[in-house]
Amino acid sequence: MNILYFAWVRQKVGRSEETIEHTPELRTVGDLALRLCARGGGYAEAFGDMSRLRAAVNQAHASLGTTIDSGDEIAFFPPVTGG
Amino acid sequence: MSANIHIQVEDFDVSDEINALTAEAPLTGAVATFTGYVRGDDGLTALTLEHYPGMTEHEISRIAADAARRWSLTGVTIIHRVGRLEVGERIVLVAVASGHRAAAFEACEFLMDYLKTRAPFWKLEERGGQSGWVEAKASDDAAAERWRKS
Repeated sequence: MNILYFAWVRQKVGRSEETIEHTPELRTVGDLALRLCARGGGYAEAFGDMSRLRAAVNQAHASLGTTIDSGDEIAFFPPVTGG
Repeated sequence: MSANIHIQVEDFDVSDEINALTAEAPLTGAVATFTGYVRGDDGLTALTLEHYPGMTEHEISRIAADAARRWSLTGVTIIHRVGRLEVGERIVLVAVASGHRAAAFEACEFLMDYLKTRAPFWKLEERGGQSGWVEAKASDDAAAERWRKS
């Protein structure tokens, strides 16, 4: 899976993207977020309060319950502020 | 109706965009436009717009298709700039062409409300030497939400 980070999520984790191998226990976006949070450091800062985060799976808005699979593009970012 | 959607660093000319929008749409009777600018309040000096390439275009296309289902439109142009923009610079253009004004006005507002709450852009503000990310506003969510009821 290709994982993308934007805005302050990108700044806190210190990178804009990375590849993570999909494993069976990573069923949903929420599972992945918990896995990333458990890394500690900037990841724990970024993923510590999931109410502040939004996610997309394959470039469509997603929720914590959205299922994920190998080959997916999953993005984490703050609520959007364009316009 | 196909929407013209551009995510770009460069500025745009509103008049040129209106002319392009109406050039081959003889059923157009009205064009409503919205232009957003970098507002220099509270000592703000510049904004840097970040976006999610690919998803941004997809999401704006979905919003434009939704507008075309709700109103009878003859054309839509949406331009959103990215990168660093100083106070007074244009950020966004939504131009909607329709047979009559009500559809043009309403669809223009709908597109902006959804653009603000669905399109993956993020603003980093600069104030003097400090920078910080703009927080999403509940009022923007409420503005988009009201279209669900109508």
